[in-house]
Amino acid sequence: MNSLDPRIKRLHLKKDETEPVHTNSHLVTWEVFHQDKRGKQHAHVGAVHASSPELALIMAKEVFGRRGKTTNLWVVKTSDVFTFQTEDEDMFETTPEKTFRDPADYKVRDRIEKYRNTAKVI
Amino acid sequence: MYGNTNITEEDAKRLNTIDEDPIKLAQFEDRITRGEKIEPGDWMPKEYRKQLIRMIEQHAHSEIVGALPEGTWITRAPNFRRKLALIAKVQDEIGHGQLLYSAAETLGKTREQMLEDLLNGKSKYSNIFNYPAETWADVAVIGFLVDGAAIVNQVINSKGSYGPYCRALERICYEESFHLKQGHDNVVYLATGTKKQRAMLQDAINRWYRPLLHFFGPPDRTSQHSEKLMKWKVKLASNDDMRNQFLDQYVPKIWELGITFPDPNLKKNDAGIWEFSDPDWDEFKRVINGGGPCNSERLAVRKYAEEAGRWVRNALTAKNEKYVAPLA
Repeated sequence: MNSLDPRIKRLHLKKDETEPVHTNSHLVTWEVFHQDKRGKQHAHVGAVHASSPELALIMAKEVFGRRGKTTNLWVVKTSDVFTFQTEDEDMFETTPEKTFRDPADYKVRDRIEKYRNTAKVI
Repeated sequence: MYGNTNITEEDAKRLNTIDEDPIKLAQFEDRITRGEKIEPGDWMPKEYRKQLIRMIEQHAHSEIVGALPEGTWITRAPNFRRKLALIAKVQDEIGHGQLLYSAAETLGKTREQMLEDLLNGKSKYSNIFNYPAETWADVAVIGFLVDGAAIVNQVINSKGSYGPYCRALERICYEESFHLKQGHDNVVYLATGTKKQRAMLQDAINRWYRPLLHFFGPPDRTSQHSEKLMKWKVKLASNDDMRNQFLDQYVPKIWELGITFPDPNLKKNDAGIWEFSDPDWDEFKRVINGGGPCNSERLAVRKYAEEAGRWVRNALTAKNEKYVAPLA
């Protein structure tokens, strides 16, 4: 093939003689968790494909650890992650209304002041 | 690095006659109007899924094919620092391909099928990578202007509605800002260098000017447009708007170096819109359909990579490994 790239010229590429990609053979899918600082949580950043957890870590390092700070990475088989269905999101709908779990819901200063005024405590 | 998504007349027709459960469709559209993201497990219209897969997949292909013209120059970089930067940039592009394939996979197409569709020609990549990088100055122009154009598009698309694609784009844009800066550095170095270096840069700009105008796709008046895709926040700006934003940001940065574009009609009019001569849209069509200077070389190299690496993948692939799409 006539290319400007000397490396490609050396390959002596032929045109159109390719077996199709084997679309029925797959590597394992792994979810990647990244920790950027000692003491912080590992946060989900994406996924990689690899045949073993060791190779998945190497892929994860190349894809998600190229810049900035990384202290550690986890990979977890995607098929081992159990999640709620996104359509069940409504089960959390009333959580913000549960103000009895909120420290701001417990305000007693007014009551104390009123008591002190009427009972004449020092 | 990627240009813009364009739809066919057929796509536009289908998008005008959406046949979906009206209640679910209304909930879906309300969510997008509220500015919320769509996640992989959510109900979505078939056309939304289809258009997104096509768009993200083409974007992914553009990243890995886009690494080829620049990769050519790694062995011939003029000094060690430029070589390190170029290797890092090319590796980034491949990494971006990985992120984007994952995002497309969450919509239900396997990575292997996407690679197969790239090789058999069913699925496209950005047209601009069918042009050769003839000299080192081309590497500078690609790094500055092609990546600059891609960033215009990618920043806009990162405000889209599909969660996994937006997350991938945010990471990509952050990394591309380095591509842009090192590209600008390279351009400025050549422009302020010897007579020969300036001439080399001018020659590269002359050759990349038209492909850069083609980059965002045909003019709005001749391209298919879909209100639906805009409403669904799949497409967020028109081809002409993005092209104008690009020219506005980058033309002055070339002119200030005393370098010109090969178009006497390139100017900003009183309304703030950039005008330019017709960049030969027939050539654009010819190159998309395989007639560009490097179409066959790009695919031949990808095919070689596929074949030469097959024995490794065969050795690694577990028999009967069931395909699992990434979570998010």
